[in-house]
Amino acid sequence: MQWETVIGLEVHVQLATKTKIFSGASTAFGAEPNTQACAVDLALPGTLPVANEQAFRYATMFGLAVNAEIGKRSVFERKNYFYPDLPKGYQTTQLAEPIVGPGFVDLELGEGRTKRVRIHHAHLEEDAGKSLHEDFAGMSGIDLNRAGTPLIEVVTEPDMRSAEEAVAFAKKLHSIVTSLEICDGEMSQGSMRFDVNISVRPKGQEKLGTRTETKNLNSFKFMEEAIALEVERQIDVLEDGGKIKQETRLYNGDTKKARSMRSKEDSNDYRYFPCPDLLPVIIDDEYIESVRKQMPELPEAKRARFVEQYGLSDYDAGQITMDKFAAAYFEAATKISGEAKLTANWIMADLGAYLNRTEQRIDQSPVTPELLSGLVVRIKDGTLSSKIAKQVFEAITNGEGDADTIIETKGLKQVSDTGALEKIIDDILAANTAQVEGYRAAAEDKRAKMLGFFVGQAMKASKGQANPQALNELLVKKLNG
Amino acid sequence: MHQLTIAELVKGLRNKDFSSVEVTQHYLDRIARLDKVYNSYITTTPALALAQASAADKRLAAGNTPALCGVPIAHKDIFCTMGVRTSCASKMLDNFIAPYNATIVENYLDSGVVMLGKTNMDEFAMGSSNETSYYGPVKNPWATDCVPGGSSGGSAAAVAAHLAPAATASDTGGSIRQPAAHCGLTGIKPTYGRVSRWGMIAFASSLDQAGILSRTAEDAAILLNDMASYDTKDSTSVERDVPNYTATLNDSLKGLRIGVPKEYFGEGLNPETAAHVEAAIKVYESLGATIHSISLPHTNLSVPAYYVIAPAECSANLSRLDGVRYGHRCENPKDLNDLYMRSRSEGFGDEVKRRILVGAYALSAGYYDAYYSKAQKVRRLIKQDFVDAFQSVDVILGPTSPSPAFQFGSKSKDPVAMYLEDIYTIATNLAGLPGLSIPCGFVENKPVGLQLIGNFFAEAQLLNAAHQFQQATNFHQQTAPGIE
Repeated sequence: MQWETVIGLEVHVQLATKTKIFSGASTAFGAEPNTQACAVDLALPGTLPVANEQAFRYATMFGLAVNAEIGKRSVFERKNYFYPDLPKGYQTTQLAEPIVGPGFVDLELGEGRTKRVRIHHAHLEEDAGKSLHEDFAGMSGIDLNRAGTPLIEVVTEPDMRSAEEAVAFAKKLHSIVTSLEICDGEMSQGSMRFDVNISVRPKGQEKLGTRTETKNLNSFKFMEEAIALEVERQIDVLEDGGKIKQETRLYNGDTKKARSMRSKEDSNDYRYFPCPDLLPVIIDDEYIESVRKQMPELPEAKRARFVEQYGLSDYDAGQITMDKFAAAYFEAATKISGEAKLTANWIMADLGAYLNRTEQRIDQSPVTPELLSGLVVRIKDGTLSSKIAKQVFEAITNGEGDADTIIETKGLKQVSDTGALEKIIDDILAANTAQVEGYRAAAEDKRAKMLGFFVGQAMKASKGQANPQALNELLVKKLNG
Repeated sequence: MHQLTIAELVKGLRNKDFSSVEVTQHYLDRIARLDKVYNSYITTTPALALAQASAADKRLAAGNTPALCGVPIAHKDIFCTMGVRTSCASKMLDNFIAPYNATIVENYLDSGVVMLGKTNMDEFAMGSSNETSYYGPVKNPWATDCVPGGSSGGSAAAVAAHLAPAATASDTGGSIRQPAAHCGLTGIKPTYGRVSRWGMIAFASSLDQAGILSRTAEDAAILLNDMASYDTKDSTSVERDVPNYTATLNDSLKGLRIGVPKEYFGEGLNPETAAHVEAAIKVYESLGATIHSISLPHTNLSVPAYYVIAPAECSANLSRLDGVRYGHRCENPKDLNDLYMRSRSEGFGDEVKRRILVGAYALSAGYYDAYYSKAQKVRRLIKQDFVDAFQSVDVILGPTSPSPAFQFGSKSKDPVAMYLEDIYTIATNLAGLPGLSIPCGFVENKPVGLQLIGNFFAEAQLLNAAHQFQQATNFHQQTAPGIE
């Protein structure tokens, strides 16, 4: 049987506010346990929450970026359950009246395929603390530094049909929130966490299959793996005549295995009700417009601008603007070199490969925009062949200085000088008289192929530094002459 | 010295008739000597009080001090006081030393007010008799076999027994006004949002409001001047100037329109209580007020609506008391569930458990619409009753409580009978309005309370009406038998 996969996502995005959503404690990552938890975060008796305006601003930005309606009236509710990392015994979140209403995101999947994923809504809520189960000999430790960090939970419609689409959506979302600078995007620190709802159904069937939810995936790779594994599991179960149980599952990225965490029957009755300590927040059009004006350029707008302003291809512009740091790098380097296309190529190819290999971020690249543009300028003016340029790039990554210094100290300057090239060619022709005879005797259409031999010899003799174009022209002239 | 009102203490301290240390020491001595009978304090803080008094005396000597500088008062044990146990009269918080001050405590500290100690109350303010306290019941100074009312029973008994010149209190459904009525005191619950809730341990967040128990309306006005403030730490606090409540105390009541709701004089009202309230109406007429019969048609729904909303909110508010970070924790929990179950089973008393269960039930899937949603709709209707009534009257008048203080144990086995104690006071909290109780007579030598309800933020008008009544009567000057 042919199966169709149906995927919906719930994404927790930590907002990059300086302080927590309901208290003045810092949200910085990595402090000693419980040093960034104030009386409100510890839920001491008598403490009260006060909503952080910046969190609303960021959520509104997000809503505008995903073409969503902004909730003019949003209401915090209490979601009641007991857990040690939830100090109040309830999570303050939004349910019936969220800040961001229905919207959508358009994805490009390569080869011209596109996909629209609808956003059901996005709501503001507080993050919980962390339970630490190691180092406490049979007991658990609680770190409440994260408790009260603002989140938006983005809930999609079940619009995705493959892991590829889900990952493309996740990457797009990452690109949007980092471009808006409302989230630092540090997946390894839990700044974005994905819950994936997965079901399968026979192709052509309208009714959705029973879904499972795989929680807390914090990398695109794990997400892709977890989806593949779960889809395979569900199809196996169904093809063996079994039924899918609605349940919450956990995927372990180290062991590449998933397990059931709890079934629907065990799920809590959260007894939601509006939080009486927080009044409904009313947002008017004026506020929304003030937020819109403050919004940084979004990836799609930037992409269009790069095509327009720099003459990049739509594809290249899309690649570069996917990552706001890459886009900023590109603009900085292009400003110096004046060479947009070449700069884009180097960012996507050699620089990209180098950063990937060495696991470095482009905004922290040791090959700065200044260093790359120095190289690009020397390619453009003919000083470097593309082959030699790769050597120079490698030398730059080794910290040997800028392009000009390396060219100078290694003597890598391209030889375009006619006199010098003539000398090389004459020597080659003199040493290979048989080949010269063969060439001259050959038919016109065979000659091009035979020319390669002489080019190779001459390049070798010039230690690769001969300007290929000049060399070619001179060789043809001499052989024909 | 303990017979002096706050107004007289303020004057005496200014005139150097006595020092703050002398007044404070006098009260501390009385508490040590007499409170064994009443059990009105959970914690006394003699060393802290004397240190504060001594600092106040220095400020007084330097001059230009806030009015209340050097005046000692007691705080209900629902308000967090830094470095001092704040128990809410629960075993759950018997070991809880607050690391911060409630805003109202801070406000009074700024004014140089001295804290004598923390007063007894119903556990987490849940009760109308002060019988649910982990620290034992409080006795009514007017009749020690009777309850002082609740939940601010300790604050009321302390003031009535002259163990404090005044005390802070809180009112969620009548917890200031009903004890004021039963102990012959003036008690004011301000408009919701007038006084900060920061640091006041929450029972039902949308209903809780801090206020004052004092001997006179004038004292309440002086104390409210410093208690009320806009507080950015409380999102429900209202940004609105605090008037000088003493400035209008002597305004004439001529032309004041007083509404008397017929629903407050129905079945269940003690006839003698009713007679005293009727007599009070005559006093107001003689002061120039006009009396108008009005209707608050949804009055009979206020108790049922309240006993859905208040427990629902408390069921979430008390979840933080889980034995994990502070408060009572059971011995040797065998796992997380055991820790939660035993800590909470051991830490909470029966009435608190009852309300948590009722609240959780009312919020649970399948019942939410029938209970919580419906109760919220009723709440809006009740509020609308008052909004409509205040179109044609300035103040609403009625009894505070259906009958005088009752004997210990007479209602504690019947929750519904106990809940009906607050039948006339609860609607005010549901609507968010200010309410006040003043003594207006005696039944079987026990005080009767007269309730005045004002429009939103009309505390000054209420205090003016109460003060004028006290200028014309002497019920508030009576002292419980046996108080020296």
